[in-house]
Amino acid sequence: MVTVTNKPIDSYLRVDRMPHIWCAGCGIGLATSCFIRGIERAGLDLDKIALVSGIGCTGRVAGYVKLDSFHTTHGRALPFATGLKLGNPELKVVVFSGDGDLAAIGGNHLIHSARRNIDITVICINNFNYGMTGGQMGPTTPLEARSTTSPYGNFEHPFNLPYLVAASGATYVARWTVLHLRQLERSIAEALAKPGFSFIEVLSPCPTVYGRMNKRARGLDEMHYYQEKSVIRNGADPKDTDISLDGPIVVGKFVDIKRPTLWDYRRQVLDRTLQKKKA
Amino acid sequence: MIDKKSGSNSDIQILDGNRAAAIGAKLSRVQVIAAYPITPQTPVTEALSEFVERGELDAQYIAVESEHSALAVCTSASIAGARAFTATSSHGLAYMHEMLHWAAGTRLPLVLACVNRAIGAPWNVLNDQQDSISQRDTGWIQIYARNNQEILDSVIQAYKIAETVYVPVMICYDGYILSHTEMPVAIPLQQDVDRFLPQYRPHTILDSSNPKNYNLVTLANPRINAEGVLCHGYMELRYLLQEALQNSRETIRKVGQEFGELFGRSYTDLLWKEKMEDADIVIVAMGSLAMEAIVASKMLREEGYKTGVLGLRLFRPFPKADVLKALSKSRLVVIFDKNISYGSEGAVCSEIKAALYGSQVNAAIRNFIVGLGGRDVTAREMADAVKKSIASLTEGVPNKGYPEWICHI
Ligand SMILES: Cc1ncc(C[n+]2csc(CCOP(=O)(O)OP(=O)(O)O)c2C)c(N)n1
Ligand code: SF4
Ligand SMILES: [Mg+2]
Repeated sequence: MVTVTNKPIDSYLRVDRMPHIWCAGCGIGLATSCFIRGIERAGLDLDKIALVSGIGCTGRVAGYVKLDSFHTTHGRALPFATGLKLGNPELKVVVFSGDGDLAAIGGNHLIHSARRNIDITVICINNFNYGMTGGQMGPTTPLEARSTTSPYGNFEHPFNLPYLVAASGATYVARWTVLHLRQLERSIAEALAKPGFSFIEVLSPCPTVYGRMNKRARGLDEMHYYQEKSVIRNGADPKDTDISLDGPIVVGKFVDIKRPTLWDYRRQVLDRTLQKKKA
Repeated sequence: MIDKKSGSNSDIQILDGNRAAAIGAKLSRVQVIAAYPITPQTPVTEALSEFVERGELDAQYIAVESEHSALAVCTSASIAGARAFTATSSHGLAYMHEMLHWAAGTRLPLVLACVNRAIGAPWNVLNDQQDSISQRDTGWIQIYARNNQEILDSVIQAYKIAETVYVPVMICYDGYILSHTEMPVAIPLQQDVDRFLPQYRPHTILDSSNPKNYNLVTLANPRINAEGVLCHGYMELRYLLQEALQNSRETIRKVGQEFGELFGRSYTDLLWKEKMEDADIVIVAMGSLAMEAIVASKMLREEGYKTGVLGLRLFRPFPKADVLKALSKSRLVVIFDKNISYGSEGAVCSEIKAALYGSQVNAAIRNFIVGLGGRDVTAREMADAVKKSIASLTEGVPNKGYPEWICHI
């Protein structure tokens, strides 16, 4: 038997903080390791990366990775990240946060950051609920799904996040599940290399609350669901990628376009204005 | 169970504080609930959503996207004539700050349950009272419960108070210590609560035959409007809010008395007292901390000190006259605050000092900051702090020493 004492990604983690708080079967850890491998694959200088999280189970990522990281307030990861980027434009700024954090209380910042095309990569763990506070419904909870605040099924229409951010102006948009480890890792590397606002939605099991309330009480049940129902459709129109309770899940890279970033535009506009003045 | 004094019927259940608050809201027949989850408030909203979906409560429940939206929804639901409720804690309350001013400024009878929790940075989910104390100047009435029965009773009374004086009411109770701790609670019957708290008759109802425009820009000075009526300026409106809060003490007392007559638990007193008759040393605290103070006081009595406890139920408006009267025989007042007004002292301490200013009471005052971010406060520590304060009466106090912190620095 081979005993692995030192796992290859340990050097990227604050192992002194282990064991982590995530439940058995939670998908956030898988996404975190994909993120680390994505950084490796992109060949980024670790001293030039800053990781920002909001609050939630996903928000804990900021505390576990051995990078400059910032655990901010609920919903405000993107404004904090914007400040970091403005304060030190050399930084590769990554926001790693939950669906509730980014799309509920922080939803406004999400659309405006995409609109500005600010140079930030967002990794959004979508577990269809507010995991940390005990499984209440949020803006990504599928119709009819149960939660602790929709005990008889949700009747609020959810966001389709890729569609939302694509419409708001993101230059790179992808969706994977934590079953798609290789694709996710590659996608993270691509997004990190991409100028402008890139967004990756990662569907992830939350067996403890969302799963338990929706007949997928073990992490593996949700993985089976991903396996059975996901279809890879790179280039799919984000508007055709809605998610329903037990329906198909379209995954893939949906958007990969060029659009001037906030800085590009600023340079262009300033150059033009200054030239006019000179003339 | 039938209460002998009032003859009213109730059902005793073992409830935690959050469930008690949710049942209080249900019995008050709230019509609109908007909330966003935050630890340790979440079970309140979960219980209410369950009541609504099971059809036990005829209300609209909306799981909004933030606390700011929650209070905005409640505010306009109230303008439209509905009885509205929300609950939050800590950062959620801080995030509501703008709307707290707005609701009070609009003079709406909202009720909010604040499950007291520390505020970051750094993050902490445990109890202290910094969250609600930080909102003390928003124009809300603030009531602090000491046990789960008081939480339930206070929510019901809060609607009656708010709908009489048109000032919103915040019911504050300690996170975990009350919110997640079970104790027996008498649940009044719906028909009795209905007698106590009739249907809300809004003063703001929207009516297309008499269109109203709320909260338009108001200048500093009074001004004649298009119909030739002299309208208040901004400052007059602020004065009226202050006056409403100042006058609300009487309403709070009266509502508390009526509640007592119906349910056998009187809330006529804005304070509660334990062994105060002969006490010359008084421990003052607010919320569940005052219950711990009773244990400390007992220890001190066993050692021969004449101690008593003054528990504050009302923080805004501050029950100045009642406090002054209660402290009239004291020579030492030791105040424990689970909050800190940075650069000054505990908020309760400042209020007590202000209440005694210019009076005949010449008691020495000592202030201890305790229990921040869930730090345990034991009766022994409180008793030791009182003894230290007694010693300081003869030894004198170095000015920089107060407020003193019970912590490891
Ligand atoms: C202003 C404010 N409101 C509410 C909270 C409580 N809160 C902490 S995490 C969270 C939701 C987290 O959900 P999500 O972002 O989806 O992360 P997950 O736990 O599911 O990974 C909430 C509501 C808070 N910390 N601050
Ligand atoms: S509650 Fe859900 S999201 Fe949070 S750690 Fe557990 S499984 Fe993961
Ligand atoms: Mg989530």
